[in-house]
Amino acid sequence: MVFELINANPVVYEKKERRARSAPSDYSDEYAAEPIDQQEVFDHVRDIKDPEHPYSLEELKVITEDAIEVDDMQSYVRVTFTPTVEHCSMATIIGLCLRVKLLRSLPSRYKVDIRVAPGSHASEASVNKQLNDKERVAAALENPNLVDMVDECLAPSYG
Amino acid sequence: MELYEGGCELKLLETLEGHSDRVWSLAWNPVTAAAGTPLVFASCSGDKTVRIWENTPSHSASWTCKAVLEDTHTRTVRSCAWSPSGKLLATASFDATTAIWENVGGDYECVSTLEGHENEVKSVSWNASGTLLATCGRDKSVWIWELQPGNEFECVSVLQGHTQDVKMVQWHPSTDVLFSCSYDNTIKVWAGDDDDWQCVQTLGEPNSGHSSTVWALSFNASGDKMVTCSDDLTLKIWETDNIQMHSGDGYAPWRHLCTLTGYHDRSIFSVHWSSEGIIASGAADDAIRFFVENRDGLVDGPTYKLLLKKEKAHDMDINSIQWSSGEKRLLASASDDGTIKIWELASLCMENGH
Repeated sequence: MVFELINANPVVYEKKERRARSAPSDYSDEYAAEPIDQQEVFDHVRDIKDPEHPYSLEELKVITEDAIEVDDMQSYVRVTFTPTVEHCSMATIIGLCLRVKLLRSLPSRYKVDIRVAPGSHASEASVNKQLNDKERVAAALENPNLVDMVDECLAPSYG
Repeated sequence: MELYEGGCELKLLETLEGHSDRVWSLAWNPVTAAAGTPLVFASCSGDKTVRIWENTPSHSASWTCKAVLEDTHTRTVRSCAWSPSGKLLATASFDATTAIWENVGGDYECVSTLEGHENEVKSVSWNASGTLLATCGRDKSVWIWELQPGNEFECVSVLQGHTQDVKMVQWHPSTDVLFSCSYDNTIKVWAGDDDDWQCVQTLGEPNSGHSSTVWALSFNASGDKMVTCSDDLTLKIWETDNIQMHSGDGYAPWRHLCTLTGYHDRSIFSVHWSSEGIIASGAADDAIRFFVENRDGLVDGPTYKLLLKKEKAHDMDINSIQWSSGEKRLLASASDDGTIKIWELASLCMENGH
């Protein structure tokens, strides 16, 4: 059975340069955990592969550094992503990938909200509601087929 | 209400570990602790097991895990409920089944498995007499089962009506009226008998209802009020006419009484009304909050105020909070952090004679 790609010709963007993290100054406590910031969260998710194409979410501009809001003091992150097309049925998969990667990468104290960029999707409210329903996400992640798909998308992002 | 005059505090009595995944729900055995008999509760988890915990008052008030109910459910166990006699435990699972367990001399045996839901079962509830069981799930339906001889169950009704995932079902404490709450933002009331059940009321946004998923509901002791909690960050109090409810028809309409807004920052997953009238809530911001009726001031009708907020009660989301059925102001909370905590709501000043 051949599936039609939802977006057969995505626009591919250049990747943002990767800035080296500056080494901590000599006089700071080398054992203190550095606060998690926007760049660090972006680094966790930028290389996640799009479910349909051999490009990363960064290359497709599905996710940008600016679209990540972090408040380390409050242990809060909000990620806003932009699906490549308005009625992308892959939106929930991408959202799930983001959620799983952050679940595995951030300390357990973190509260994470995921949403599609306002105006970027035909079923925006419905997609957002699903992505932020913890019980629905938990049940979805017990589906082996879905987990395989998610793991495949996440594989390039662990480098 | 001397407790509130002197102020109160929430004391952590014990933290129970054992589950290897998030704890979704817990339920106290309703057969209350008579002198010397232990308090018991069940907890269920993403680790696919159910644990039975017991506290022997004569010993050092410490809780032990008396049994692990495993190798039955093949996916997350989401919810559990004891029958009113305390002899049977129903467990609802994402594996689409509901298992019935019987305590046979300290060992728990699975005596029945209820199948029928198309996918994840999310909640299970017994009616006051223990003759009926209700379940609900992601397939948007609510099922009513009747207990037959030999611990068998017969499905007497499959109720359609919700347009989305049904999160919780709860029987009214004194009449056979069933309540359900859903991802479709509504609460539905179901009444009937034998195999003829209907939705007699829907509490939605037009009735001052919630604007997002309703996660749980709980009745006060007299059954004329209920509190619901939601992803919309509010608690809502509803009331009905008790006299009309207990008259022949057995059903009276519910109306919105008040909304508690501005107290919660994240989704409220659980709410429970104690026999004394204290409402406890457990939320995704890791905090436990207590609300009581506000007797001060000149307002039309009852309002509610925050009695106490316990921040960082757990390290992660609180999924369930339940008052014990015993006398002391004891309660238990279950969390994504895999632990269960036992608390006592104590007054700060010493009460005379205690």
